[in-house]
Amino acid sequence: MTEKLRSTISKAAFPVGAILLILVIWQVVSMLGLVPQFMLPSPVSVVRALIKDFPLLMSHAAVTMLETLIGLLAGVLIGFGFAVLMDMFTPLYRAFYPLIVLTQTIPTIAIAPLLVLWFGYEMLPKVILVVLVVFFPITVSLLDGFRSVDGDTVNLLRSMGCGRVKLFRYVKLPASLGQFFAGLKISVSYAVVGTVVSEWVGGFKGLGVYMLKVKSGFAYDKMFAVIFLISALSLLMMWLVSALRRLCMPWTRKHN
Amino acid sequence: MSTCPEAAVPLEVRDVSFSYNGAENVLEHLSLSLNKGELVSVLGVSGCGKTTLFNVIAGLLKPQSGAVYMNGADITGQTGKVSYMLQKDLLLPYRTIEDNVALPLLIRGVGKKDSRRQAGERFAAFGLEGTQKKYPHELSGGMRQRAALLRTYLFSSEVALLDEPFSALDAITKTELHSWYLGVMREIRLSTLFITHDIDEAILLSDRIVLLGGKPGTIISEIAVAEPRENREDFALSEAFLGYKRSIKGLLKSL
Repeated sequence: MTEKLRSTISKAAFPVGAILLILVIWQVVSMLGLVPQFMLPSPVSVVRALIKDFPLLMSHAAVTMLETLIGLLAGVLIGFGFAVLMDMFTPLYRAFYPLIVLTQTIPTIAIAPLLVLWFGYEMLPKVILVVLVVFFPITVSLLDGFRSVDGDTVNLLRSMGCGRVKLFRYVKLPASLGQFFAGLKISVSYAVVGTVVSEWVGGFKGLGVYMLKVKSGFAYDKMFAVIFLISALSLLMMWLVSALRRLCMPWTRKHN
Repeated sequence: MSTCPEAAVPLEVRDVSFSYNGAENVLEHLSLSLNKGELVSVLGVSGCGKTTLFNVIAGLLKPQSGAVYMNGADITGQTGKVSYMLQKDLLLPYRTIEDNVALPLLIRGVGKKDSRRQAGERFAAFGLEGTQKKYPHELSGGMRQRAALLRTYLFSSEVALLDEPFSALDAITKTELHSWYLGVMREIRLSTLFITHDIDEAILLSDRIVLLGGKPGTIISEIAVAEPRENREDFALSEAFLGYKRSIKGLLKSL
């Protein structure tokens, strides 16, 4: 255990050191006035802005996170449903797979204004955007997972009298969890960004709205503060996905 | 037309002919039977139709003529009747050994707890003590094959089809599994049809050896191994063993 802890610490030392180095250089550049203070606020003043606006930031963040989570959940459920149906019915797979890939060429930012026009300034357009963003990686990763199952295994279980539902439950679903979580990890960071972008386009509350407000006030330090907060929230969500993955896939834990 | 199949015979293949899509016959007028508790090896060179025969018995392929009977009932073309095991263990990597082994029971509708308990009762007999909570990747190839055999047994204690189950293992593990297998079979007496291309393995494990050969494949000879199965510890080194080996080699050469 201590051995493991030590190796974790020594592995973490390099990236943490690199980040600290960048922050120090940034602070020095800012203090020497090489870049005007108001354009590139020092890390210290960013942290100060973060602390000062913390309650306000949190109330905005709560809205953003709620929209993101609802969108994620709905996106995962819909993606899951599509993947199962497409796996069960090959004609559906043939018909819709190219279409799903095609939808990914539509840039998120381009449809955000349209969604606002259709669904207003409340939560709905944000959630829909997140669903659209999340849906693709989830569907594709699940489908690939379902199709990765070994044919001999399927034959063996069929020979034991295993029907489709049980085959799905005992083989296909667990076999695709690895790919599913890989897809979910990507989805999570896309989802946060998707929410913020659609808040820019129109909304009353959320980190995207806060961003627009501080932008119009030329509050660079607050801009940086909210950027950091968004990235921290994405990291937190990604970490949660990893934790969930470990929980759902106990067989990968004992590796090595 | 033909005599009524006997109910006491676990498995009977009667006059089976098979060809893929009407091409040349792979199997022709092939008949064999397996008595209760008996281990019969089907021995033949690669490409003689061993695996085709296996798939016909397992119900995965339907023969053009002839039939397969299990305890007197016609099971031609039906899956889910005889259990089978392959060279690959096909254990599911995301299930513990006990849950892998209990899978046939779960599929049959036995509850989770019950299936684990029923499977657990057999772990000791199969030399799998202490592996219940492990995952397949934590076990050696030999242990995984043991688990695969236990799963096969839990699916059906009537008839098992083993298609070269030990051929992917290294020589030492293979020898170890042979004596393990003889030990297990002493207790459970599973009627087994054992497909192999390994002459030594066939002589060591079988009550009878059926030689499959020719094109199309048919049974060319049958050899009973007289040595009692309970008494085969040093059989492989005996003169009698070599005698069997010599005659089988002679028969295979004359093809």
